[in-house]
Amino acid sequence: MAPAAEQAIWSNATRAMAVLAVAPHLLGGVHLRASPGPIRDHWLDELCKLVGRVRLSKIPVGVSEARLLGGLDLAATLHQGRPMAEKGLLASCHQQVALLAMAERASDSTVTHLSAALDQGVVRLERDGLAANHPAELAIIALDEGVDDEQIAPRLRDRLALSLDLTGIGIADLSDHPWTSAQVMKARDRYQDIALPADKRETIVQFSLALGINSPRAWLQATYILKILCALDGVSEPTEQQTLEAVTLAFSHRATRLPESAPPPEEQAEPESPENTSDDRSKTTPPPEQGALPEEVLEAALASLPPDILRALSGGMAKRVETQSSSRAGEAQRHQTRGRPAGTTKGQPGHGKRLNVLATLRAAAPFQKLRSSRNPDCRKIRVLPDDFRLTRYKHRRSHTTIFVVDASGSSALHRLAEAKGAIELMLAECYVRRDQVALIAFRGEHAELLLPPTRSLVRAKKSLSSLPGGGGTPLASAITLAAKVAEQVQAAGGNSGVVFLTDGVANIDREGRPGRRQANEDAKLAALHFRDQGSPSLLIDTAPRPQRRAQELAQQLCAEYLPMPRADATALSRAAQHVNAG
Amino acid sequence: MAIAYPFSAIVAQEDMKQALLIAAVDQAVGGVLVMGDRGTGKSTAIRALAALLPKIDVVRDCPYHCAPEAKKPGLCANCSGPSSTQAKPLSLTIPVVDLPLGATEDRVIGALDIGRALNDGEKAFEPGLLAQAHRGFLYIDEVNLLEDHIIDSLLDVAASGENVVEREGLSIRHPAQFVLVGSGNPEEGELRPQLLDRFGLSVDISTPNNVEERVEIIQRRDEFERDREAFVKRWQRKESALRRKIQKARELIPDVETPTNALELTAELCLALGTDGLRGELTLIRAARALAALEGKSCIARDHIRAVAIMVLRHRLRRDPLDEAGSDVRIGRVLEAHFD
Repeated sequence: MAPAAEQAIWSNATRAMAVLAVAPHLLGGVHLRASPGPIRDHWLDELCKLVGRVRLSKIPVGVSEARLLGGLDLAATLHQGRPMAEKGLLASCHQQVALLAMAERASDSTVTHLSAALDQGVVRLERDGLAANHPAELAIIALDEGVDDEQIAPRLRDRLALSLDLTGIGIADLSDHPWTSAQVMKARDRYQDIALPADKRETIVQFSLALGINSPRAWLQATYILKILCALDGVSEPTEQQTLEAVTLAFSHRATRLPESAPPPEEQAEPESPENTSDDRSKTTPPPEQGALPEEVLEAALASLPPDILRALSGGMAKRVETQSSSRAGEAQRHQTRGRPAGTTKGQPGHGKRLNVLATLRAAAPFQKLRSSRNPDCRKIRVLPDDFRLTRYKHRRSHTTIFVVDASGSSALHRLAEAKGAIELMLAECYVRRDQVALIAFRGEHAELLLPPTRSLVRAKKSLSSLPGGGGTPLASAITLAAKVAEQVQAAGGNSGVVFLTDGVANIDREGRPGRRQANEDAKLAALHFRDQGSPSLLIDTAPRPQRRAQELAQQLCAEYLPMPRADATALSRAAQHVNAG
Repeated sequence: MAIAYPFSAIVAQEDMKQALLIAAVDQAVGGVLVMGDRGTGKSTAIRALAALLPKIDVVRDCPYHCAPEAKKPGLCANCSGPSSTQAKPLSLTIPVVDLPLGATEDRVIGALDIGRALNDGEKAFEPGLLAQAHRGFLYIDEVNLLEDHIIDSLLDVAASGENVVEREGLSIRHPAQFVLVGSGNPEEGELRPQLLDRFGLSVDISTPNNVEERVEIIQRRDEFERDREAFVKRWQRKESALRRKIQKARELIPDVETPTNALELTAELCLALGTDGLRGELTLIRAARALAALEGKSCIARDHIRAVAIMVLRHRLRRDPLDEAGSDVRIGRVLEAHFD
């Protein structure tokens, strides 16, 4: 990347900083992707200076639901002898800016509660026998340190108006920015009075259509940003330039496609590199009717499009659009007793079993009068061992079935459609068992992960049906990728099973070069490595007649072998079950 | 609470609005499930519905707001007992209770009142959200992310209309009939089939794809954010018209006739689609009746049935779990065959 481009990123980032400083609570906040270090700190420091009186408070990554929402304050309750409520972190962040550290690792429940607070500006508490509403108007700076495919939950990101990626920037690229806190204060008073002319509103909508942005929240955020930019510049009517800046800030990270008239899906699916297309395919955004857009408007939008949008798209920002949060790798280490709390049970604590203090108190509560009459001295609350209650955890290890589909020329000719049918049958089985599925396809030079582990069968079906056939057979690459995905699943605390659908004949080696000999050699090595990794697997031979090569491969993989002619629906699903049970 | 966005000011999304109005007119239709893209105004619409609901009479001091004129099975222990008060009933807006995702089981189904237990050594029941929602609506945003054990306790109550609490030495049963309203994003995960079954109507919504509607959305929302009170005032007239319409329809509903050919038509539709059980037919008739009442008609017409068929039946077809998009198409085909 040229230094000029990096400086442009920084100047864009400072503009975002000023915009955020004006109205943090209106905008929801910023998704800040950067590794921890001086650049990020500098940005945050400068933001603090601009924001002024607002304080940054921190929400740690492992925050418990109870702490986030509030609940019964145990110490105070015990002391007072009556239930005392404790304010949660969200409520204490009211009118403030909260830093969500390691946002890509935030648990589902944290994300959900943050989203709800951003939506409603209140925290609804229905916990521990308490019911309350606390105001919680806050802005969130989601610090994202994710690498590769780790990403923050789309749900949360959709609610944050701004998104910045500072990963590529060095210290040399930093420069002073023109914004002052006086300017920000002034803009804060003014931005609400700025009226957007109808044509600017329409421009924003045209951009949203051209870039495939379907969240109305994003359009609204773009209008807010535009108003704030006007207020910062001290003008009362937005200019073209400001409109473009606003669109860049609000839309560039959300774009799901380039604004050319939508290419046919086959073309889009042509993989350039494994990562690039992996998620594009899983998007659900149907191309809107281009006919509805006046041709010249689209032309104009195209011509005026800032380079950042295109770069961000081709640079891979787009691949982070619309995927499920997949980063849960930290979970395995977080708790000794894993899983969701699922009620309480009577018993003695210890051996990793945790006392549920509240339930214990609740069990002891009815007898307080009685016990104090028997023993009228000392303490306020008398808890006997018999009152002890333990938290029960329910943890269902999730199963993930990884389908590895040979979509190469040799397979495509006769069996790809049948293989798809077979997978659909197995997907139905997975649905019944609430399994997750992942889909890897290999053709051409590399294998690619079409669908990261997901529970959404709609997506699985979509990516399967759009799977094209043809090209070489990079078997080694496919096996390696399958092993990697299986490893990720296991690291996240799940079980994995792999189903290969191939005729076992490789002709592209690990490096993506053609050559049958080397290809088979690499496939064998990859298979042995896969076996060491220990995921149960199943190989379905998709050749018209059972192939010796496929049988050998199954042996090397330590996989159950199943030739397709006999692979009727029941046998297949039974086999898939076996793979998962293993 | 902040001022809610008015229901009538929501742009497009006619299916969703209609489904919610039907549920407001006849609560026996069962719940409404709204699934769709992020930010399409699902929760806005449902929260806005609260402002449109009419008032009902409730027994004074009854935590479950029992109906004063109701007979025994639908009443709580207090109201059905011999000491039931003869005080003048209270008028209360139909409750819309929000079940937040972090809610714990004790707050959902109710539990021992710790305060009174600690202070007075008294075993008192503290009613939960299900009690609050009795005779009203229970709204769950992101319903597909709800904890399994909360769903479990919901399922039974939603089916039986009665909440039975057996915990902490308490043994309480009270009526809890509510309209379950759920919303969520299908990309985040699927709904458990048992829960899906509890919803009477189901609508899928997506973002409008034309410029005018998108501009309109931005414009109205912008006006709303700038001055909420003024915006709500501007829509007041439409809101009250809609409120009156709902009220009228609720009064009209017992008198709406159900002709035999309507019954036959629903039976044929359900047979052709192979839906399980009678619930589909029943809901279809109820929804069509509510729609007729909304339109001020005194008899169910074929068009009413056609209008509600998709939202009633789409989640009741025997599921080919992969054929998600297909159920609308299948219903459409059957509808065409029967209506054209």
